[in-house]
Amino acid sequence: MPLNIVSLVSVGRHPQSGRSRRAEQDGRAVEMGLKLAGQQLSVVHVGNPDEPVLRQYAGMGLSSLTVLKQADRFDAVPVLQRYLEQKNIDIVLTGVRSESGESSGMVPYLLAHALGWPVVARVADIVCVEKGEAQVLLALPRGQRRAVRVALPFIASLDLAAPPARQSAFGVGLRAKIETIESIGEVDQIRVDWQEAEAKPRAKRLKTVKAKTAAERFKAATAKPQGDAGKVLINETTQQKAQAIFDLLLEEKVIR
Amino acid sequence: MNDFSSVAVSPVGVVRRDPRKEWMARNRLHPRHHEVISEGVGGEMGANGLMRRNPRQIGFIGPNGIKRIDRLKGNAVQTPNKRQSVVPEVVLPWHVVATADFYIFVVPDMVGGRLSGHDKDILGLAHRLQKEIAGQGAVVAVCFGEVKETQFELAGVDRLVHFAGAEFEGFAAEAKAAALAAMDERWAPKHWLFPDSIHGGTDLGSRLAAELGERPATQAWQVDLEKTVARGAGGSLDISRATPRILFLLEECAYPIDETRHQVLSLEMPEVQRPAPRLLDQGLVAVDPNEIPLAEAEFILSAGNGIHNWAQFHQTAKALGATEGASRVAVDDGFMPRSRQVGASGTWVTARVYIAVGISGAIQHLQGIAQCDKIIAINTDAGCDMVKRANLAVIDDSDAILSALMMLANEKLVEPGAVQGNTNKEDSDAA
Ligand SMILES: Cc1cc2nc3c(=O)[nH]c(=O)nc-3n(C[C@H](O)[C@H](O)[C@H](O)COP(=O)(O)OP(=O)(O)OC[C@H]3O[C@@H](n4cnc5c(N)ncnc54)[C@H](O)[C@@H]3O)c2cc1C
Repeated sequence: MPLNIVSLVSVGRHPQSGRSRRAEQDGRAVEMGLKLAGQQLSVVHVGNPDEPVLRQYAGMGLSSLTVLKQADRFDAVPVLQRYLEQKNIDIVLTGVRSESGESSGMVPYLLAHALGWPVVARVADIVCVEKGEAQVLLALPRGQRRAVRVALPFIASLDLAAPPARQSAFGVGLRAKIETIESIGEVDQIRVDWQEAEAKPRAKRLKTVKAKTAAERFKAATAKPQGDAGKVLINETTQQKAQAIFDLLLEEKVIR
Repeated sequence: MNDFSSVAVSPVGVVRRDPRKEWMARNRLHPRHHEVISEGVGGEMGANGLMRRNPRQIGFIGPNGIKRIDRLKGNAVQTPNKRQSVVPEVVLPWHVVATADFYIFVVPDMVGGRLSGHDKDILGLAHRLQKEIAGQGAVVAVCFGEVKETQFELAGVDRLVHFAGAEFEGFAAEAKAAALAAMDERWAPKHWLFPDSIHGGTDLGSRLAAELGERPATQAWQVDLEKTVARGAGGSLDISRATPRILFLLEECAYPIDETRHQVLSLEMPEVQRPAPRLLDQGLVAVDPNEIPLAEAEFILSAGNGIHNWAQFHQTAKALGATEGASRVAVDDGFMPRSRQVGASGTWVTARVYIAVGISGAIQHLQGIAQCDKIIAINTDAGCDMVKRANLAVIDDSDAILSALMMLANEKLVEPGAVQGNTNKEDSDAA
C-alpha cells in the first residue's frame, strides 16, 4: 500500500539578498516525501497560487501542487486542519521554522494538537515505515542522532540535517499543474496588531564590572579570570590516573 | 680598582679582565652567579699556615658603579613578586520570598544536567519581570531527569520543581509536556519562559503552547511587561507585540542574577496522569565521531607534540568514541589533517569534554578551547599552562595513559553492565 504523504511548503527568503526562494527546510520536506512516496506525494501550500516560488518546488519532479488560496493576513492552521482531516493521511512533513512571516515553528504542533496526532520535531531521516509504524531519526545538537518509533499518522518537522533538496528543474516546474482550492480563513488578529521592523543588530553584551572602589575596578580590569584550580594527579599509579579520567568521562556521559 | 677574580695580572704584567665573569657577577639570575661571586672568598693559606682573606675581594660592582655584597650566599628567601592577595569570600544577601503572590515558571534546558548560560539569562529575565509585576512573585525552575547543578541558589531559583524518574530520562517530550500542563493547571503561573534553543526548549515550549491553546512569542529578545520584541522571518524582522504569557527567549535576553542568593524551596507537584507515550525512544544512535564537525563535537580527544605513537592515539579515540583534534604542531608536522586543528588559527571548539594529550597549552590553543566545559590534560610537565587550565590533570607519559584508557574502554564494551552510567548503552543496543 503506498503511503499517503503530504509535504507542506512555504515561501522562503534568502538570508542575504532577501529574495523569495524555495525554503531550505521545506525543500527537505519535499525531498523526504519523494523518497517515501515517490510520485504519490502531495505538496500543499497555503497562500497565493500565483507565487513563482511554488514552481521551484514543482521543479523537483512534481506533476501537481495544491494551493489552499487565502490572503496573507489569514491564519494558515485552520485551513490546513480542515484540508488534512478530509484526506486519509499517513505522514505530514513540514520544516522546523518558516523563513518568512512569524517563523514561530508552531504550525506542526498546532496541527498535531488539532488532529490529535503525535509530532516529532527536528527529524533527520525517516528510515522506514512498516506495519503502521515509522522508524525516525531525530537530529540532536552536536551531530548526535536519536532513534524514535512512532505510529502513523504523525507530523514530522525536518531539520537541516535531513538530506538536502534535489536540484529544481525549471521546465518541469513550469509544466506542473497548480490546483487551487478556495478557502475561507480566519483573520489572524494578533498578527494584524503587531508592528514589524527590519531586524536591528543586537548589541554585544558588555562585561559590566560592579566595582565600588578604584582598587576593585583596577583589579577587575587587570586580573586574570581565576578559575578554581583543577585536580592534578601526580603520584598515583598509571592505572589509577586512567581510572580517574575514565570516571569523569562516564560521569559526563560522553562514553556510552 | 676591580677587586674580584675576573681581574688577573698576567706574567708579563698586562691586566686581563674577564668580561664574561664580570657579567655573570652582575647578573644575579645567572646560574653560575654564586660560583663567580664566592670565588676567592674562602681565602687562601698564608705562608705561616694561617688562612688569609682579602676583605676587599668580596662583593662585586653593580652596573651603576656601587659595590654590592650578597651576604646571604644564595639562601635568600624567595619573595613572591606579587603581593599575596587573599580574596575574601563574598557572601551574597538572601532574596527571600516567604509567600508568593504569583509565580513565573522557567523551564531550563539543563544541558548535561546543569544550567547553561542561556538558562541563567532567562532566570535573570524572570526576576526582571517579577519585579515589574505588583506583589511578590517567585521564580520557579522546572527540571526533568537527572540534575547535577549545585548552584541553583546563585542563579536565582526561588522554587524548584524536579520531576525525576525513568519516564523523564532520554527523549520524553510528551511526558514532560504533560507534566508542564499539569503544573499550569495547579499553579497558573503569570508567565512560562523557555529557552528558544535546539536543546529541547523550543520543542517542549511548543508542545505546551499547543496544549494550552496559547500563542507564544518565539525568538524573543527584548521583553518587558507590556511589549515584546521578537525575531521573525528567519531573523530578518523585529516583531513588536504585546507580551504573551508563554515566551521562547533567545540568548542574552537579560543579565543573569549575580547579586543575590535564593532559597530553592520545593513546590508541590500535582499528580500527573500520563497518556500512553506515542513516541517510543529507541536510544541514541552511534554516529561516527569523526563525521561530526569539530566545532560541534561534544567530546574531543586532542593530540599535541607529546604524542609519539599515532596509531595508538587513533585507536584510543575510536575506543572512547571521541572526535579527534590536534594542536598546530601536530598538524604542521603532518600527523593530522589541517581540518582537525584546534585553536586560534584552526577551529574554535565547544566540546563539553576536551582531553588534551601532550599539549602545552599555548595561548593560541587555549583560545580555541575557551568554551569547553571540562578539560582533561595528560602531560609530563606539571607546570604547563594546559595543566593550569584543566579541571583534571594527569602527569604521566601519554603512551601509558592512553593504553590504560583504551583497556578500560574495551573492558566496558565487553561488559557494559559492570560500570555505572550505561543506560544509554542498553538503549542503543536495542535499537
Ligand atoms: C599566529 C599563530 C597562530 C597559532 N595558532 C595555533 C592554533 O590555532 N592552534 C594551536 O594549537 N597552535 C597554534 N599556534 C602554535 C602555538 O603557539 C604552539 O606552538 C602550539 O600550540 C604548541 O603545540 P603543542 O602544545 O602540541 O606542542 P608543545 O608546545 O611542544 O607541547 C608539547 C607538550 O607535550 C608534553 N609532552 C611531551 N612528551 C610527552 C609525553 N610522552 N607524554 C605526555 N606529554 C608529553 C610536553 O610536556 C609539552 O607540554 C599558533 C602560533 C602562532 C604564532
